[in-house]
Amino acid sequence: MTAPAATFRTCPVTTRRIHDQAESLVKINAVVSVVALLIGAIAAVLIVLTRWQAVHLLSATWFYRLLGVHGMSMLIFFIVFFEMAVLYFASTALINARLVAPKLAWFSFLLMLGGAVLVEAMMWGGKADVLFTSYVPLRASPAYYLGIILFAVGALIVTGIFFANLVVAKREKRYEGSLPLVVYGAVTAAIITVITLLHGAAIYIPTFLWSLGLMHVDPQVYRMVWWGLGHSSQQINVAAMVAIWYMLGGLTIGAVVLNEKISRSAFVLYVLFISMASAHHLLVDPGMGPAWKVVNTSYFMYMAVLASMIHGFTVPAGMELGMRLRGYTNGMFDWLRRAPWHDPGFSSLVLSVVVFGFVGGITGVTIGTEQINIIVHNTLRVPGHFHATVVSGTAMAFMGATYYLIPLVFQKRVAFWRMAQWQPYIFAGGMFIFTLSMTFAGSFGVPRRHWDITFSQAPFDVPFSPVVDLVLAVVAVGGLLAATGAFMFVAIAVASVFFGKPLGEITKGTAMVGVPQGITHPPVHAADVDARNAALHAPGRGIMGPAPGTIVLVFVFLAAFILYFFVNWKILSFVWKIG
Amino acid sequence: MHTETHTGLESPKGIWWKPAHKSEKVWVGIAFAWCMVLFAMMPLWHWKGGQNPSGIRRRVEPAAFFARTQEFIQQYQVDTDRGMPIVAPPPGSDIYLTGMSFQWTPILKLQKGAEYILHLSALDVNHGFSLYPINVNFQVIPGYDYGLRITPNASGDFRIICNEFCGIGHHTMVGRVIVEDAPATGTPGTGGTP
Repeated sequence: MTAPAATFRTCPVTTRRIHDQAESLVKINAVVSVVALLIGAIAAVLIVLTRWQAVHLLSATWFYRLLGVHGMSMLIFFIVFFEMAVLYFASTALINARLVAPKLAWFSFLLMLGGAVLVEAMMWGGKADVLFTSYVPLRASPAYYLGIILFAVGALIVTGIFFANLVVAKREKRYEGSLPLVVYGAVTAAIITVITLLHGAAIYIPTFLWSLGLMHVDPQVYRMVWWGLGHSSQQINVAAMVAIWYMLGGLTIGAVVLNEKISRSAFVLYVLFISMASAHHLLVDPGMGPAWKVVNTSYFMYMAVLASMIHGFTVPAGMELGMRLRGYTNGMFDWLRRAPWHDPGFSSLVLSVVVFGFVGGITGVTIGTEQINIIVHNTLRVPGHFHATVVSGTAMAFMGATYYLIPLVFQKRVAFWRMAQWQPYIFAGGMFIFTLSMTFAGSFGVPRRHWDITFSQAPFDVPFSPVVDLVLAVVAVGGLLAATGAFMFVAIAVASVFFGKPLGEITKGTAMVGVPQGITHPPVHAADVDARNAALHAPGRGIMGPAPGTIVLVFVFLAAFILYFFVNWKILSFVWKIG
Repeated sequence: MHTETHTGLESPKGIWWKPAHKSEKVWVGIAFAWCMVLFAMMPLWHWKGGQNPSGIRRRVEPAAFFARTQEFIQQYQVDTDRGMPIVAPPPGSDIYLTGMSFQWTPILKLQKGAEYILHLSALDVNHGFSLYPINVNFQVIPGYDYGLRITPNASGDFRIICNEFCGIGHHTMVGRVIVEDAPATGTPGTGGTP
């Protein structure tokens, strides 16, 4: 392909070349993503106010309908549109490259937008009351399945453009050496996207034909292939989120890569094993035997969990080392105490790592254990887990990245700056309460996706403990707090992008309202950084090495993990004998 | 040795396949060992543990399964509750429970300490078997017979909540299981607690 006339600007902050077409696509995808977030958050408020039994706001029909809207808007449209922005950004701006096929890129955007609008219209119109998973033989209007197919085809094309951008950038020598680690992480996210979308095609095309009466789809096969889409798409989120962790670490406090080999190998483990995750949802299904369940639910002996535990060490250790290299060398945790907690990019990063790891990671591995799943499947423990991963983890990281994208890509100041500084704490704090109390309620057997656990219209009473009512009220309070954080984010993003003050001249070293400190005070390392790094790695420092604070933190994490895991086995051992 | 200190936003120059610090290697080793423990617990529980979701699994026509359930009801029905048959099968027998929108049929009356093979299936769409308040959960799928060996370890009046969305009336779908203490008198076969 011959190079079309491409217009570039040079970023005044990072001195990278930015292609105008790529920048427009980053912007439009980010904007649509935020619109989807708004729709999903409105649905979320109405849902939590219904599950709070004392309020019980919506009718049954609208509760289930909006639960579907919430799932699709958040888990698919908000996250995937944002990931498209990440793919364009990583494959162009981060490596000084151009977007190779702008027209195709715009076409795929329109395809995705059209598909998303069609799906939303079907759901709101009551033509697809099948919830997010749409398990056959529950039936939605064919247009619903068609909308998802259009959206997925568009996303697949963007992934292709992403790879093409990288190939052309390499050939045009836009960068020297290997891809930066952040882009490498984005590559793994893109590869997992391809795997995921192929599963999507394999299930939604037959389901579309089934909805037209043209073929049969087996309900168990549907569940297996659908979760190849449904869970693998969450692994895209994990890979993209970890890439953003490395990016935000670098931008906010000059986090360094501890060891490229280890971090990159961990990303490779994601690609190799993560698409086996479908099995997590089928552990108490009749269609599969124990050997299949054990091998698949463990991602072949927990190799993807190993990858996450590696990133869980290397990300904070890189941050610690980055701070120590900049002179914050006192004691164990001085680097953490003196970090820029008022920078929403930084606080989002830390909150994302902590809640994802401690709540999302530990609960996820535990409830995804074959036998423990018996006391977990389809209870509130499941959404308790995935809101900690995908909301407090992925969405929080994406929000943190947005605080840097607004000045760097949109060239605007972040509006409502004081509010922006509080937003990550409110969002993550709300989600923390929400996920823990949901997990707790689920351990009483409270079902997920359920309009009325007082069972007022059921033939038999189900007398849940009064504790459950209290816990569900706490779930609602946490949910409303998190939704408040989401609305704050939407307000900040919209006000900044459409009505924000232009970024203007940056004077390095001078704080500016609406500009994160990583831009006004770039965390550059001193000229003698290599010597300092060598000193921190010196054998004399012993086994604790260059990041002793992180070692303490990861062992606290491991202790919590071991405790939670075995407590669950103990609880399982009390129930009826089943085999 | 440790040259080219850089962030994740910069391209590493030259060969980046370099030895890691001992602390990093130790963490990777510990994490790997923990992953092996996580893995080993599952086969171990199949061997030593009492709760496994294996069961006897086979395909079945939904209508055929429902017919088998009706036959089972006729064979062992002892009473009705709110129009729903109560069925008291002998210990050791195969028992059948069909989920359909929006009910579980029949009501089961079991004996504490006795083993049964509980066959679960659905007539129409996916349902979720959730035994309250024990909190034991299984997926119930039309076209599949999930035969689970169960041994109630406590007597009481239990409920079956549907915990897989099955349509707008999903939240009204509640069934009932009664577990009695003493071996029922006059029950043929291998009755009695062990």
